[in-house]
Amino acid sequence: MFGQALAITALSIRSIPERWAPSLVIVVGLTGVVAVFTALLAMATGFESTLKATGRSDAAIILRGGSDAELNSAFDRDSTDLIKQEPGIALGADGKPLASAELMVIAELVRKDDVKNGANITLRGIDPAGFELRPGLKIVAGRKFTPGLRELIVGRGVARQFQGAQIGDAVRMRGSQWQVVGIFESGDAHDSEMWTDINVARSTFGRIGSSSVLAALDGPDGLARLKSAVAAEPRLSLDVLREQDYFSGQTRQFRKTIGFLAGVVTVIMALGAVFAALNSMYAAVAARGKEIATLRAIGFGGVPVVVSVMIEALLLALVGAVLGALIAYLLFNNLSVSTLGQSFTQVVFNFKVTPQLVVRGLVIAVVIGMLGGLLPALRAARLPVTTMLREQ
Amino acid sequence: MSESMVEVRNVTKVYERGTQRVEVLHGLNLDIPRSDFVALMGPSGSGKTTLLNLIGGLDQPTSGEVQVGGSRIDQLGSSELARWRAHNIGFVFQFYNLMPVLTAEANVELPLLLTRLTAAQRRKNVAVALEIVGLADRAKHKPKELSGGQEQRVAIARALVSDPQLLVCDEPTGDLDRKTAEEILGLLQVLNREHGKTIIMVTHDPKAAEFARRILHLEKGRLLEQAA
Amino acid sequence: MTKAGFVVANLFRKRTRTILTLLSVVMAFLLFGLLQSVNSIFSSGANFVGATRLFVQARVSFTQALPISMLPKLEAIPGVVAVAHQMWFGGVWQENTPLIMLSLDPRTYHQVYPEWVMPDAQWQAFIQTRTGMIAGKLLADQYGWKIGQKIPISSNIWPQKNGSKAWIFDLVGIFDGKDEDWKRRANLAFIQQDYFDESNQFGIKGRVNFFILKLSDSSKAEAVSKTVDAMFENSPDETKTQTEKDFNMSFVKQIGDIGLIVRWILFAVFFTLLLVVGNTMAQSVRERVPELAVLKTLGFTDRSVLGFVLAEAFALVLFGGLLGLLLASIAGAMVERGTGGQFQLRLDGGVWLLGVVAIVLMSLAVGLLPALRARRLKIVDALAGR
Repeated sequence: MFGQALAITALSIRSIPERWAPSLVIVVGLTGVVAVFTALLAMATGFESTLKATGRSDAAIILRGGSDAELNSAFDRDSTDLIKQEPGIALGADGKPLASAELMVIAELVRKDDVKNGANITLRGIDPAGFELRPGLKIVAGRKFTPGLRELIVGRGVARQFQGAQIGDAVRMRGSQWQVVGIFESGDAHDSEMWTDINVARSTFGRIGSSSVLAALDGPDGLARLKSAVAAEPRLSLDVLREQDYFSGQTRQFRKTIGFLAGVVTVIMALGAVFAALNSMYAAVAARGKEIATLRAIGFGGVPVVVSVMIEALLLALVGAVLGALIAYLLFNNLSVSTLGQSFTQVVFNFKVTPQLVVRGLVIAVVIGMLGGLLPALRAARLPVTTMLREQ
Repeated sequence: MSESMVEVRNVTKVYERGTQRVEVLHGLNLDIPRSDFVALMGPSGSGKTTLLNLIGGLDQPTSGEVQVGGSRIDQLGSSELARWRAHNIGFVFQFYNLMPVLTAEANVELPLLLTRLTAAQRRKNVAVALEIVGLADRAKHKPKELSGGQEQRVAIARALVSDPQLLVCDEPTGDLDRKTAEEILGLLQVLNREHGKTIIMVTHDPKAAEFARRILHLEKGRLLEQAA
Repeated sequence: MTKAGFVVANLFRKRTRTILTLLSVVMAFLLFGLLQSVNSIFSSGANFVGATRLFVQARVSFTQALPISMLPKLEAIPGVVAVAHQMWFGGVWQENTPLIMLSLDPRTYHQVYPEWVMPDAQWQAFIQTRTGMIAGKLLADQYGWKIGQKIPISSNIWPQKNGSKAWIFDLVGIFDGKDEDWKRRANLAFIQQDYFDESNQFGIKGRVNFFILKLSDSSKAEAVSKTVDAMFENSPDETKTQTEKDFNMSFVKQIGDIGLIVRWILFAVFFTLLLVVGNTMAQSVRERVPELAVLKTLGFTDRSVLGFVLAEAFALVLFGGLLGLLLASIAGAMVERGTGGQFQLRLDGGVWLLGVVAIVLMSLAVGLLPALRARRLKIVDALAGR
């Protein structure tokens, strides 16, 4: 039976060139669906992995109680100093707790492809420990900012996507001028930020406390110890989170939105592709009607015929899917874009076409191919032989 | 002059097939008076269908004159020829060539869409035509629901509906059994004798040709005459 | 029967094929309608026309607050009739439903936003009740709030002085929009700025996210805008002033080049559709060569036969396209209702117009070649089977 199916399939595949137009329809239809699906999800994957890569599992980020983002968080100087003394925090090279108070301020830059509409960028003021806490961060051009001066270093993504952020440029914020002296790269969400000395930021923007404190954890139970210490301290109403958990939580909204968009678009396109595939396969079955009828008259069973039609549909669908994934990869992989992040500031990220995405695209192709092939296949198997012989 | 329905003068038709030149008709001359019923016979390749196409205004001669109903149709451009066909000729083919998506009466109505008649007038003319061919009770059937003979009647009704003077038939009974063929040929005779239609019929069947008033023989693009 | 009837009858020659092709067209235009209306939300330029209200925010970001001390300076600007202010409260209803809630001064707000309609008695109640809150009709209906109830709201930004994140407000009024457009936006709630200032834990007093300026007439919009920004330039509270409409647009534009994404998707979709429908039309004409020849024998000119085929392509794409756009309208309305008016996905005239243009262009694209073929065919050859 398997041999029968294979034989018929070989026959049908060989006749595809004669029916190239309807076959092309299936291939192109699937290329479209898979390319769009892969591109949209590559966007989501890229965004997610940029944010997921941000944050260490052995560092904690401390925010004001009840705030769900660094932007909404603010606590005073006393709390900042107090938290650094709590147990659970590892010591730095100098024997002091390795923690960096950080202040988030929103700045504005104009996108490279825009004229005047500004987009919001995060300015992060840090303690010197901020560098030590992020060993993955490297200065790739220029130098670090000088503490005490209005100097900035900007992340790679910012330099790439926005105007006026190159070394030597001056950035104006709330009536003050800041000089860009370096570009850094950290391979995560921080590439979308500008950094400076927290004390200069405090004095320029009239702030006293911090938005958050980043602290290295001491040992596997460091987080637990820190959490219970903070809970026990009445003067502190703070939330303590593993840094990595904080950042992956931030992607939720974007992931949901893009996921929804990709879902809707893909479903509608897939439906369209199913209808197109059905159309083509019905045409294929009709075109081969005489041949199928002859085979059945000779004695080939109905099932091998069904199988051969399904295989043909599947094959065409898979060819289309592979083409679609290829197009998505060539056109979109590593494409750099930026969008609105959690705190109304921009996050720069790259599209990422991963193997899982390609596999998912192929799965979609299989589903569409099967749906498109089933009904025509059944029709081919059940129609009376005499009708088919006559229907030419 | 007005007695003649069709006048063919020194007509030659040459086909170019790639680099080949095939001369199908050679300096043909023919007169068909009004209300005549002519059968055109000849072996295949003799050019009878070609001659029919020229008379029916479906094709133009390479040289010579073709006059039908007083008009020099060899001088008409393609859209003028189309208009002329609509008013002057009715065609009946071997394979009925009805529109499968339309009912019998819609098929018959089709030529009337080229006229300025109102819908009501069109319906009336259709009813009359179907009545003449004896198919009034099958008006709402689609071709696939009709027998071969019935389909051909519908085709004849369609050919009649604009009241043309000339009916051109290409093997009208070629696909029918003996009995049905005779019914159709009898109908053609009625149209000729009682309604005065001039009919030219191409056929390879001698028995069918006997229903005509005259039989003409064509051989290798030339005409031989023989009385009925 | 008519010529139109003939065209439609021919469409259903192979019923399954026509229906499947039609469905593909419907899907393509459904996507077109949805995506284009998303796109049109995202694209428009700066526009001072007809603007009688201006939004003043901190230049860098509206998340930064401005001091209320700016109020008298703004009121003094010629052309400014009244100044209201608002601050984002960030209220959350029952665990995790975020609300659009603003703290403001009821008197000035009522002056600047006459579009919110509410019985006078309720406005008075709001002005006089420190802990008062008024809610838009859409919001009140959605959560079943009634006047007189005490509504518990938690804030994820501002805890109360006692440390609790739960605030309780007295619902003293329910307002509605003055027309269809404003009724659709009545999904927000307002509380008193004074109460907020007193009760929040951080002692934040007199800070606002926005000042809203009402102008005496719209011709002054651009001038007042420039005056305000010039007044506060180089101060620690630099401002950005724009019309209300531009503010909405600028925020949404930061999401990125949505237009580009939409264009790419639609390109892929319509390219495929072109193939699908084009193939159907080509097949349909190929099968009908003898019939088309017969039409010509009957006296239909070459041009009219071309017309029949084009009309058929047009009928197919028109019917499928209109159906698809209609479905998109319905889907958009459902999305709008489902998100309580938050996401206004509506197919406006512009999208429909574009849709019709797309229908016409697509009909031509898929119908032209087959139609030309139909026009070209020679009666004699076609009848002979060549």
